[in-house]
Amino acid sequence: MIEFKNVTKIFGSFRVLDELDLVIPRGKITVILGKSGEGKSVTIKHIMGLLKPTSGRVVVDGQDITEWDEPELREYRKKFGMLFQMAALFDSLTVGENVMFPLMEHTQMKQAEMQARAEEVLRDVGLPDIQHRYPQELSTGEKKRVGLARALSHKPQIILYDEPTTGMDPLVSEMIDKLISDVSQKSADLTSVVISHDLKAALDIADHVVMLYKGRVQLAGSPDEFRKTKDPVIRQFFAGKVEGPMEFF
Amino acid sequence: MRKRRSLSDWLAPTITAIGHRMIGVIESCGQFLLYIKQVLRQTFARPFRRKLILQQMLFIGYESTFIILLCGFFIGAAVSLQVGTIFVIFGGQSMLGAVNAKALARELSPLMAGFLIAGRGGAAITAEISTMKVSEQIDAMEAMAVDPLSYLVVPRVIASILMLPLLVALFNLTGQLASYFIARFIFGIDEALFFDKMAKVVMWTDIGAGLQKALVFGAIIGLVACRYGLKASGGAKGVGKATTDAVVSILLALLGVDFLITYLQIVW
Repeated sequence: MIEFKNVTKIFGSFRVLDELDLVIPRGKITVILGKSGEGKSVTIKHIMGLLKPTSGRVVVDGQDITEWDEPELREYRKKFGMLFQMAALFDSLTVGENVMFPLMEHTQMKQAEMQARAEEVLRDVGLPDIQHRYPQELSTGEKKRVGLARALSHKPQIILYDEPTTGMDPLVSEMIDKLISDVSQKSADLTSVVISHDLKAALDIADHVVMLYKGRVQLAGSPDEFRKTKDPVIRQFFAGKVEGPMEFF
Repeated sequence: MRKRRSLSDWLAPTITAIGHRMIGVIESCGQFLLYIKQVLRQTFARPFRRKLILQQMLFIGYESTFIILLCGFFIGAAVSLQVGTIFVIFGGQSMLGAVNAKALARELSPLMAGFLIAGRGGAAITAEISTMKVSEQIDAMEAMAVDPLSYLVVPRVIASILMLPLLVALFNLTGQLASYFIARFIFGIDEALFFDKMAKVVMWTDIGAGLQKALVFGAIIGLVACRYGLKASGGAKGVGKATTDAVVSILLALLGVDFLITYLQIVW
């Protein structure tokens, strides 16, 4: 379980997170919603210890990571997998090397074992036999799937998805969403955190949904609770209207 | 009615601006020293990335060989022509090889090779790392619990430190070869005399002094190029700016450090 306890994060004069209290349950898919600039990416960077809160505490599986130093955090990050918005594959490495990267860095596996594992996860994301290609030879959707394969290769306990379907066509979006669901179902212990603007996908794949607004949780609950809520801010966000109580800046 | 501004009204903002600028410079220096400390710590920490170091040695060293040979030859030839023309006036042309070799070994080779590697290798290092930075590849590395200093910076700095002395040695050789041709075929200097004077004037310490500089220059090129890459932001424009700033900073640093080392070598 990931807990944010009264977390505030200030950049210069801008308060991104404002005494945020948030609970992300273990073994579930949690989707964090919110418009741009609401601190969604800042939230996952706090989960990974890439940012430290200005005040408050971040507790992961009962361990307060707030005061950990860099070597401790580096060890802690080994339990994560992350899919970046633009996949962030290493240009200089082949697809296979990209997928094997976490294994090469953190395990004692032999080359043949790593290649077999890479092939396995690439097959899981629907991209067999592309280990020798380079990221620049792939389409955006393929890059995303390779990014997902890389995030899964070392069997993480927590997987973070930073806007996984942004910029994708509806078919690829659907496929990525299905992959997220499948991956989660395959491993009962896997905690998935998805940052998204995509409401349809959020409500389809999520077990738990959190909406951030003004650096705080506007609503946290099941997809059904979100569908039924009368909260005007959330209704406005769902309707995609400029007019309403939600402030734009 | 407009109030006249006093001298202190004019001076205060200027002094404040200078103060802010100085604080910024001191802060940058402090951050750079901290960065060097972190790189040093990572250099001696596991894992030892032999394959990455070899890849970078290939890029910085082997792939720069042709340009170093070519520039070494032409600079050696040009210097010999200039010096020879003056020496002819007072009949000292037999000293041509010695003077050229001394100038190359102590000053020209390390500085020119440093400039060439800054322009070729340094710029490429900054461009590559800054592209990785702006496309979230460095973030991905951090997220996968891999220290970018260990994976990206240390191999490049080590390769740069190891390869620059070798490139300087090559520069010396081809520069002196060019000097020999100029001496023999333009000024008609006897071969034995050319080498005799050179052996008398050029000491091993001269060659050592140049190689000492090369080691330091290698470290500067690797460290500064990687630093600018890691600090880049703002897309393609940011990559371009980081690369330009890195090359300019390296060139200025090489000139300043060259003077400092020369001074120390002469005084001590």
